[in-house]
Amino acid sequence: MKRSVRVGRPLVLAATAVGSLLTLAIFAFMMMLGRPLFSDHSLNLLLTQAWAPDRGLYGIFPFICGTLSLVGLSLLIAFPLSLGNAILIHLLAPRRLARFLHQTIKLMTGVPTVVYGFVGIFFLVPLIREWFFRGSGMCILSASLLLAMLISPTMILVFLESFAAIPTAHIRALEALGGTRRQKLVHVILPGAKTGIITGLLLALGRALGDTMIALMVAGNATAAPESVLDSVRTLTAHIALVMAADFDSMEFKTIFACGIILYLWTALLTLSLRYIHYNSTKLSHDQTF
Amino acid sequence: MFRIALKIESGLRYVGWLVLLICFAFFNSPVRAAATDVFAGQVGSLRISGGTAHIPVMKEVAKLIMEAHPDIRISVAGGGSGLGIKQVGEGLVDIGNSGRKPTDNEMQKYGLVLHRWALDGVAVIVHRDNRVQVLTRSRLQDIYSGRLRNWRDLGGVDKEITVFTRDQGSGTRKVFWKKALRKEVTTNKALVVASNGAMKSGVAHNPYAIGYVSIGFLDKSLAAVALDGVMPSLETVQNGEYPVVRGLYSNTKGEVQGLTKSFIDFLFSPSGRKIISDKGLIPAAR
Repeated sequence: MKRSVRVGRPLVLAATAVGSLLTLAIFAFMMMLGRPLFSDHSLNLLLTQAWAPDRGLYGIFPFICGTLSLVGLSLLIAFPLSLGNAILIHLLAPRRLARFLHQTIKLMTGVPTVVYGFVGIFFLVPLIREWFFRGSGMCILSASLLLAMLISPTMILVFLESFAAIPTAHIRALEALGGTRRQKLVHVILPGAKTGIITGLLLALGRALGDTMIALMVAGNATAAPESVLDSVRTLTAHIALVMAADFDSMEFKTIFACGIILYLWTALLTLSLRYIHYNSTKLSHDQTF
Repeated sequence: MFRIALKIESGLRYVGWLVLLICFAFFNSPVRAAATDVFAGQVGSLRISGGTAHIPVMKEVAKLIMEAHPDIRISVAGGGSGLGIKQVGEGLVDIGNSGRKPTDNEMQKYGLVLHRWALDGVAVIVHRDNRVQVLTRSRLQDIYSGRLRNWRDLGGVDKEITVFTRDQGSGTRKVFWKKALRKEVTTNKALVVASNGAMKSGVAHNPYAIGYVSIGFLDKSLAAVALDGVMPSLETVQNGEYPVVRGLYSNTKGEVQGLTKSFIDFLFSPSGRKIISDKGLIPAAR
């Protein structure tokens, strides 16, 4: 065995072990600290009640609604945009424009979310407030628009990668048959990139779920459950940030562990489904080749 | 004769310059340095976090000390009163600021020592274009409870009122809730921000908003609301006319010593008191 391998393997193994143990330890830690919630208060109440500490209600239901509506709307906005953008870059735009767009989008992935939040407060929020004649402008709509901007680059880049991975043979075959660009898109690229498109969507979903700054700065953080897109909401992540300063022994403080556990489980579920999709698709391609 | 006079005159001028120089030397650097003299020879770092109403004073004092003594590093962070108390209790910072007295529970658990160095009022604020700049406390209760939702009902424009409040750990919120809202429950539609600064910019950029900040944050970008006929100001807070008043505390774990002691002492020194009143607060005696 080469020396570098002999030394390298245990090192890499150790790093992996520490990494995965840490992840599990964080989960165990949250379960432990959140334990009073599961014993004193039934979990069911916690997940379905309203948030009204003055009446002894510590439900995080409004924040779950808030998170889901915010993330749902942002995906709804970002998905068609991203798909269109990826198609434009891959297929339609002249090469120079395509390269320019591609570079810009790569650059966008690095913008810190607090910058989007900042721009949102000073630019988007007043616009939304004046356009819709009601509400404060700090609402689901404003935050989802910004969140859509945050997650689009991730999606576009994953889509582009999956477009590029489509075997040239398939495209050549279509071209040889005299297929149009539209046929190429509808019959070869989109079906071929299905796995990549779902992967991009799930990755973007994960990013949107985990983001804190945009929701905290722009969504308004009201504790009521939202009834319209112009209502202000609090996400689970923002709730953690806002309640962190409360007294350690208070019920308020303990609810942030419930939020943490829910976010953790959602992310775990996302990762597992990504794995599953990936596993299935590699199995499929193996079956096809052999 | 004439020549002698000239000599004397030039000599006098000489003396004059000298006196001026000495004056400069005395009244400029040594006096300023004298204020921070206690820090001479000290090295190390001081970590401060917590209440956001304290920040303008903390930053100014830290700047003054660090300029005169480059070996001292002082970091000032926010986070709110609750966080300040928690962090100083856990030993994460040296000074944890709070805009409320720590609860008995917190004091016992962490063994905190309180230093109240300023008096502060919590002012109700609206956008500067808002016509409604006078409110009674019961009207304020109506607004914050959500019973009163439109500025029209108060003689303002026909627009929904945007109610701003603070996060759970905020000392400003606690005092406002107790003394201005008389423990009325705030509507769950209220927008929540995490610092005095965020409250200020939130209300300053929304013509239909109402909120509350430490009087140290009042300036021309906002309009302060007269509460029960009393305008919040240094005078009305000091003479007890304005009802929503609280102390600003710096909390330490156990008795202070070293750099922390010098810092706290500085807040009570004449130069410290001057900075406190320059920042719109009322210096308190020890």
